[in-house]
Amino acid sequence: MTSDLQSPDQIRSWTTAVRVPLLPEAAMLTCAVAAFYAFPYDLALITRFLVMILFVLSLDLVLGYAGIATLGHAALYGTGAYAAGLFAVHVSGDPLTGLAVGAIAGAVLAFVSGLLLMRSHGLTLLMLSIAVTLICQEIANQARDLTGGADGLRGIRMEPVLGMFKFDFIGRTGYWYALAVVVVCYAVLKIVTLSPLGLSVRGIKDSAARMVAIGSPVYWRLVTVYTIGGAIAGVAGALAAQVTQLVSLEVYAFNLSAEALIMLILGGTGRLYGAVIGVLIFMTVHHVAAAVDPFNWLFIIGALILGVVFFVPSGVLGIPKAISDLFRRRDNARS
Amino acid sequence: MSLLLNIAVDGIAYGMILFMISVGLSVTMGLMRVINLAHGAFALVGGAVAHTLILRWGLGYYVAVPLAIAVTIGSAFLSERLLFRRIYRLGELQQVLSTIGITFMVIAAVNKLLGSSLLSIPLPASLQHSLDLGFRVLPAHRLVVILAGIAVTIGLVLTLDRSRFGTRLRASVDNRNIASSLGINTDRIYAATFCLGAGLAALGGILGSELLPVDAYYPLRYMVLFLIVVSVGGMGSITGSFAAALALGVLETASRYLIPDAGTIVFFALVMALLAFRPAGLLGKA
Repeated sequence: MTSDLQSPDQIRSWTTAVRVPLLPEAAMLTCAVAAFYAFPYDLALITRFLVMILFVLSLDLVLGYAGIATLGHAALYGTGAYAAGLFAVHVSGDPLTGLAVGAIAGAVLAFVSGLLLMRSHGLTLLMLSIAVTLICQEIANQARDLTGGADGLRGIRMEPVLGMFKFDFIGRTGYWYALAVVVVCYAVLKIVTLSPLGLSVRGIKDSAARMVAIGSPVYWRLVTVYTIGGAIAGVAGALAAQVTQLVSLEVYAFNLSAEALIMLILGGTGRLYGAVIGVLIFMTVHHVAAAVDPFNWLFIIGALILGVVFFVPSGVLGIPKAISDLFRRRDNARS
Repeated sequence: MSLLLNIAVDGIAYGMILFMISVGLSVTMGLMRVINLAHGAFALVGGAVAHTLILRWGLGYYVAVPLAIAVTIGSAFLSERLLFRRIYRLGELQQVLSTIGITFMVIAAVNKLLGSSLLSIPLPASLQHSLDLGFRVLPAHRLVVILAGIAVTIGLVLTLDRSRFGTRLRASVDNRNIASSLGINTDRIYAATFCLGAGLAALGGILGSELLPVDAYYPLRYMVLFLIVVSVGGMGSITGSFAAALALGVLETASRYLIPDAGTIVFFALVMALLAFRPAGLLGKA
């Protein structure tokens, strides 16, 4: 390694070169479109990736930006899924209205539970958020006549999107539909995170006491962000219900909350595209490991989590910064 | 009347099991400030080893159980050295994640070695008969569980409040730097505490296998239950954990007997209500 490679100016120009506005977004969209043509037989799987990306994006808003450590994000996702599923079975099969219903259901649950959750933090918050999920799961399990209980909610029939695009057997429409929903929600999240609300919850994450001191209504800001996160998670659940045309008790599984958290940390919190990368890595490892050895994929996932936490605590996206910090430190030491 | 007695006996036995498994968690979380979601994995390891020793190797119950607890403590010691020692220093979320990762790995390992079926731990003949207490006939096993729970409580309170080890542990937790400059080997104190908690979890896992059946997914399935005991009782408070475990054990048993349909909902709603009013738990200080 030559010395001029390590000069701070070089590194600065390298990092600024990367900061073209919306470059990560453009790259991701290109990849998403390319994936459609590259894997024409795995569209159902890639659509699941998209649903998961949306779910983890909403967790990134709640946890990565606002610092609300929750292990109960599946409650919002599952409620959106059941709301959209029940709406499709009993009222109308229109997909977009169904998404709105899912979003409203997720937001309402997030608002109501948020009134309680945002008063606590640390272990109590973790416990309360898990308790909310378990109560939802038990209600869905007990209301067998309505939700189908452990058998799952069936009979979801979707009408064509916008009355034009029919859901086909191999999932082409489903893919484009999911991609469009994710892109719209991503844009919404981008706006929210850049808005005064987004900036103030970042401040709350760094120091809630300081934000109280400068007159920010901390509690209501957190409830608002949690409600928005709930709406997006509800959309993710609704999307899953519509695309797979099945809702089961699995949507409230603790594993779902935990895995979403893992994916988020894997990609790096507080950066929307980090959520996307985390989902891609986790789901790919999961898929490949499960295909190779259906029993031991859990072991590989566990090892992956430990590796991330110990070696790249700021996520995969933190690797370049960790390396450049390393060079910078050496440089300082020398001068 | 007999219904109430049933609820009381089953509930107290259930509570004692919950207490034995989660008190170690309460100690590690409250005193060492580690959110250890992998705690149930030690109960699983204890149960799995006991199952292997009794059913595959043909050892007697009274030999196998202490041996299984010893193996669990050994594995806790190793994992503390290799993994948990690094985890103490991490942030809250990183602790949650890494301990979930460890849980996943333990589940996968047990699944690979012993399969995903139920790992039964057959009781010896001496514990299978029933005891006539005059007013009621009790399975001897329930009585053993309750007595073991009481013994563990007394032992722990004495250890932490009265013994030299307890004094050193409390000192290390309050201020690690000063404790170590006074000549206390804080690393060793932490490791010993961790092993003690793991050993108790193994004991609870084995004794409780009638009520909380052991299989590979044990740590994930009951993780929430153990965490609830700790958060309701208040972290680091042994008496709090004891009260919470008993109350939750009786409450859950009662709601299962009396309102089987809505039992779980009532249970979690009550837990939420309690945590909303007392975020630090029943006897927590924070």
